[in-house]
Amino acid sequence: MHIGLVHYLVVSALLFSMGLFAIISRKHAILVLMGIELVLNAANINFIAFAKYGGMNIEGHVAAIFVIILAATEAAIALAIILNIYQHFRHVNVDEVDDLKE
Amino acid sequence: MDLITITFYFLATLTIVFSGIVVFSKNIMHSAFALLFTLFGVAGLYVLLSADFLAITQLMLYIGGILVLIIFGVVLTSRITGIDVRAGSLGKIQLFAAVIITVVIAASLIWMFKSTKWYMAEMKEVNSTVRQIGNELLTNYLLAFEAASMLLLLAIVGAALIARKKH
Repeated sequence: MHIGLVHYLVVSALLFSMGLFAIISRKHAILVLMGIELVLNAANINFIAFAKYGGMNIEGHVAAIFVIILAATEAAIALAIILNIYQHFRHVNVDEVDDLKE
Repeated sequence: MDLITITFYFLATLTIVFSGIVVFSKNIMHSAFALLFTLFGVAGLYVLLSADFLAITQLMLYIGGILVLIIFGVVLTSRITGIDVRAGSLGKIQLFAAVIITVVIAASLIWMFKSTKWYMAEMKEVNSTVRQIGNELLTNYLLAFEAASMLLLLAIVGAALIARKKH
């Protein structure tokens, strides 16, 4: 069977669902962050698959590059915030971090 | 089965299985290392989709940067043994709702992808994409490119400022 656009889309749908499940069901903040990375990767697979099967349109690649840039900044800032939460609460469970100050 | 087909199924299985380990593993260190293989699988899929520049960027930024950052985050914020990463105080109900939402969204996405008649252009011969991407970034996307560089600068300063020890 020939590998076509739909194969890649299905892989990205599964990856997206895994990331979504991590985001809504885990309580460790870093696992939530990993879920976000999975979702962004799924979106990137879609961008590049559409770029290839839409006649090698390079704009999909440019969009994917911007997604990767945003993922990098988001990971850096989120980890800085998580470190701060850890210094304050001594844990990083997102469902127990519910006050803004002492 | 030609080589492309076999490679695709190998990479897709690698990606999905290891993303499952990321999500379902009880030990967060195992999750971090499974994320490594997931990102490798995605980079391989990029190669199959003839996106050479993106595959290298994926390796350098995700595996060389974000993953190392995440592992640092894990070792700085967890007592390594025996942390329970599953759903919190609501427990079973929350897990059940999460499973339902995820399955419904996955099923509807796959159904939509399979039932849509996608526009297909005829295949072109592809050379390296680096020159094309560079041309696009410095002409049509120049403003977004500069905004992204500004964003990276702000992110560096902001992250350093937030993560600093308070006195």
